[in-house]
Amino acid sequence: MNHITANSVICHNSVYKDGKALFGNKGADPAGFLLSVYQHFDWQYPKFFKMDNLSKLGWLAAEILLKDVPSARAYLPWEMGVVLSNANSSLDTDRKYLASVKEIPSPSLFVYTLPNIMIGEICIRNNFKGENAFFLSDSFDTDFIVRYVSFLMDTDACQACICGWVELLGEEYGAQLFLIEKRAGEAPAWTASAPPAPLAFTGENIGRIISEGHVKTKIPEK
Amino acid sequence: MSAVYVVSHNIISPLGSTTAENFSRLKEGVSGIRRHDDEKMSDQPFFASLLDNTKPLLREDSSVPYTKFEQLLIASMSDALLNSDIDVRDKATALIISSTKGNIGLLGTGTDDPELMKRIALPSSAAVVARHHNFINKPIVVSNACISGVLGILTGMRLIRSGQYENVVVAGADTVSKFVLSGFQSFQAISPGLCKPFDRQRDGINLGEGAATIVLSSQKKYGSGIRIASGSVSNDANHISGPSRTGTELFQIMTRSLREAGLQAADIDFISAHGTATVYNDEMEAKAIGLADLRSVPVNSLKGYYGHTLGAAGLIESIITIQSMKEGLILPTMGFEQIGVSEPLNICSSLLRTPLKNCLKTASGFGGCNAAMIMSK
Repeated sequence: MNHITANSVICHNSVYKDGKALFGNKGADPAGFLLSVYQHFDWQYPKFFKMDNLSKLGWLAAEILLKDVPSARAYLPWEMGVVLSNANSSLDTDRKYLASVKEIPSPSLFVYTLPNIMIGEICIRNNFKGENAFFLSDSFDTDFIVRYVSFLMDTDACQACICGWVELLGEEYGAQLFLIEKRAGEAPAWTASAPPAPLAFTGENIGRIISEGHVKTKIPEK
Repeated sequence: MSAVYVVSHNIISPLGSTTAENFSRLKEGVSGIRRHDDEKMSDQPFFASLLDNTKPLLREDSSVPYTKFEQLLIASMSDALLNSDIDVRDKATALIISSTKGNIGLLGTGTDDPELMKRIALPSSAAVVARHHNFINKPIVVSNACISGVLGILTGMRLIRSGQYENVVVAGADTVSKFVLSGFQSFQAISPGLCKPFDRQRDGINLGEGAATIVLSSQKKYGSGIRIASGSVSNDANHISGPSRTGTELFQIMTRSLREAGLQAADIDFISAHGTATVYNDEMEAKAIGLADLRSVPVNSLKGYYGHTLGAAGLIESIITIQSMKEGLILPTMGFEQIGVSEPLNICSSLLRTPLKNCLKTASGFGGCNAAMIMSK
């Protein structure tokens, strides 16, 4: 049996961990807001400044997710997987890169024109070397992600896995990450409706956390 | 867990529109890579394997204005499905689309058709392709840099093993656009001539266009005698645009894939490498192959025939491997002359007739990702 042992949300200029608000900065644009999150938690990680906004968002959401979860540090590098998804891939940076092509094509922008670079950034930070996958869907396909990650866990391809949704396009953004472990966790009462019991890794429980987390997991209508 | 059988497949590339056409051109030593002078794509001439845009990809006229990327997927799937008895309208049949950049060529073209612009988002484009072929299930889209094709097949294998689906159609494609070409040029990663995988003089990649489809099933009756035996993915956790310096992370998943398939290093008869012909990729792969004790196993790279077709590469190269297993024939590495990596690999440089039972496919990409997969007969 696999369990959801932590979750993090970054949306609407706010940061949540396990349902609790940790930080907010209303009024800032996405880039300014992401910087303020980094500064608030005082993570000393100069690579952050080189990242594009999508990677910054995913990286910050992973930092929040793993914050104060010592069990997440106990796995071997090969045992931790990262499986992420969104709708628009790296389109936010694709546009910026293409604008640079008219002058001088920028290699430092081009490298971020792949959505899985964000997985690479999370892996580099934490020395995670296990399974990776980036899937695209028009909204967060919780059933598919639960099935895929459960298969990795049940076949021992992973002992733990970070999974979720990280989307950023222009002014719209939202991240919702989950830490999946085989252990039951400390039975936190994360959400109003969740019972204070170990939270099984099911589509229903993921859906419940999302519904209370206010992350938009759909393509913004333009 | 159920075995995963290869039912049928297709490759569309400048070398042909079926797997058989492609394989026979490869046997003749024909490459799709040419010099191109096209100011719309690049200020300087470049070498790439490009499809002839004057030839229609689809036989029938359609009311939907499909992009080149979508036409490639549709045409490749049509041929692969023609050669199978799989029912795409079955709830037990899934579709996986693999692509690195999909319709990115539409970006900045000035098209103001909102329906078309929506399809820069791969899920929208994949839905159009799925609808054309009447799939019931919503397509699953894999976009994980240059391992997308292999990861697409592994995802299909895993979905069948999880018992959710009986059949999975995995289709992948990528086209060459100014977007992608200028990006690799900005990285100084494009060879000024023909690419030379694993060679001492190797100096970068050529890009290529293509599509490929592989149909998988848990039903042995549909199978062609070849199975997807195992596979894994890893991350270097080292650098976002440069591969591991040691090859340890690719080596780890080669070992894990062997274990999962119940095989030993000595059981591997052939390795279809990623072999992009960049200095660092080929060296990293060589180190991983050495660590896995597979130095003496024949290795090839097909990049000298197809260029790097990004999200299609893993599919094309896996299908050519399947064809190699059927014919007992390993293809030479076009562009390779003299070993230029630190491990004394057995790079295949001429047609080699030998029975093949278990073959290893590898791929690596930006973001530090690696994939390994074993196909068995």
